[in-house]
Amino acid sequence: MNATRIFYTLDSTLESVDKAEAAVRAFALKAGFGDEVSDHISLAVREATENAVLHGNKCDPHKHVTVLFEAAPESFTVWVRDEGKGLDIAAIPDPLAPQNLLKESGRGIFLIRAFMDEVRFRNLNPGTEITMIKRVRQATREGQAASK
Amino acid sequence: MTVSTRQVDGVTIVDLSGRITLDEGSTLLRDTIKQLASQGQKHVLLNLGEVHYIDSSGIGELVSAFTTMRDQGGELKLLNLTRKVHDLIQITKLHTVFDIKDDEAAAIQAFSKSA
Repeated sequence: MNATRIFYTLDSTLESVDKAEAAVRAFALKAGFGDEVSDHISLAVREATENAVLHGNKCDPHKHVTVLFEAAPESFTVWVRDEGKGLDIAAIPDPLAPQNLLKESGRGIFLIRAFMDEVRFRNLNPGTEITMIKRVRQATREGQAASK
Repeated sequence: MTVSTRQVDGVTIVDLSGRITLDEGSTLLRDTIKQLASQGQKHVLLNLGEVHYIDSSGIGELVSAFTTMRDQGGELKLLNLTRKVHDLIQITKLHTVFDIKDDEAAAIQAFSKSA
């Protein structure tokens, strides 16, 4: 099985968020995803990288965010890692709950889960790794349905 | 992102263009809304017809704009959502909060009815 991988080590800055978003979008398009699915993947990666920079590394210039993309025949996977204190995923409120609808923040991980087929979190002690997977066949079917 | 404002029949229409993300449009949008609120503007229509990208921070700014106007006794509606923005508003259930219009004249009329 052939897989193509790209690995970035990024500073903990908002410029890195833009860089990761643009890079993954280009990589997804090259891997054969359509515009819409590539947009969804890039938004998920944007949100994950933003979380890593702001909430994980807290913009610490001594800490870095690593982003790894892998395009395989069956799946497209992105890993984003920070060097922060870790994330308590269970403590994140549901942004769709009526009492949270008008909150200004707290939708990033929800959007990642909405746009990717599989999302996993791993505590790296220190740091957090998020794994985001888009299934190629499922994405292709969705693209075909959207074009009808 | 670029922002321009115009007045039509007592409604302030804010025309937005570009991306609303943490580093690009969020601050500009927030400052614009705060300025309108401080000027006593009660009816604000955010025209998102040229906004083709928004992230969770941008969505948060739309919510902030909505609550800022509401807390000032005013009202904010959304106009001309692009498909991408519309999808995110739907997914986050904010279509249950925002009054969303696709026709400017009808949106302006809706303000006068609710005044």
